[in-house]
Amino acid sequence: MTLNPTDRAIVEATQAGLPLVPAPFAVLAQTLGLSEDDVLERLKRLKKLGVIRRIGAAPNHYRLGMTANGMTVWDVDDEIVDDIGPKVGALDFVTHSYRRPRALPDWPYNLFAMVHGADRDEVLAKRDQVAELLGDTCRASDILFSTRILKKTGMRLRRKEG
Amino acid sequence: MTGELTDLDRQLINRLQDDLPLTSRPFATLADELGIAEGDVVDRIRHLRDEGLLTRFGPFFDAEALGGAFCLCAMAVPQECFEEVLTKVNAHPEVAHNYERDHKLNMWFVLATESRLAIRETAGAIEQETGLKVLQFPKEREFFIGFRVNA
Repeated sequence: MTLNPTDRAIVEATQAGLPLVPAPFAVLAQTLGLSEDDVLERLKRLKKLGVIRRIGAAPNHYRLGMTANGMTVWDVDDEIVDDIGPKVGALDFVTHSYRRPRALPDWPYNLFAMVHGADRDEVLAKRDQVAELLGDTCRASDILFSTRILKKTGMRLRRKEG
Repeated sequence: MTGELTDLDRQLINRLQDDLPLTSRPFATLADELGIAEGDVVDRIRHLRDEGLLTRFGPFFDAEALGGAFCLCAMAVPQECFEEVLTKVNAHPEVAHNYERDHKLNMWFVLATESRLAIRETAGAIEQETGLKVLQFPKEREFFIGFRVNA
């Protein structure tokens, strides 16, 4: 999807965040030389298009004590994975869940579900709940705990030339 | 850390993981829900952000809907050259996140580029520079994304 220049300017101006003031969109509008109504209408449209998922904040899970992070991976029958994937994603401790291609022979897994917890035991217990939900539809699974964040930069839209 | 949070902090952290309304005064809606003053809501959220309990406040974008291409990649990096490979991989601005994981495939990173072609080119460049295979796991379907933590 290609954004028009004004929408793109709104995305660029907000990807680092909105000002924490009672009327954040009015401040944003002023920065961009637009009216507040125009900014709100454009944001509503971007939301309808799915470009904006939501307006809010993300918790810092490390600071909230969720220090263990396990990438659980599952080999689920291709016929079933799209039906059962949303059920895995709906578990309240699963933070991301995707279908991805296998990389045979070493990597037979096609369903990924990220699980966070206070420690590894908690994550392992949650992994067991996913296993229970998948039951016989799962042929093999593994869990990869993160041991170090090597790089973390937010998404950044590059400023377009000209 | 969680012990230092007040009930209000917890309510705010939980509520901000949902969607705020796109209105002129989004915090007024939140204030009504919580039964406190609008100004107190803004001050408290700012405090939580400044203390690092909340990351960025604002719109969360679907990067693919914005026209970008993304791919989860993994490499099996021998321990003896891990730091050397890491330096080479992280030097690419296309590498957005990179995690070390407890597995034979021990380096997992996300490439974020403007096109699918650029994903292949960047992965190819990393293979050239490191002499190691870059496995690519593009998203085929998303079942859920969103961090729901009960603070």
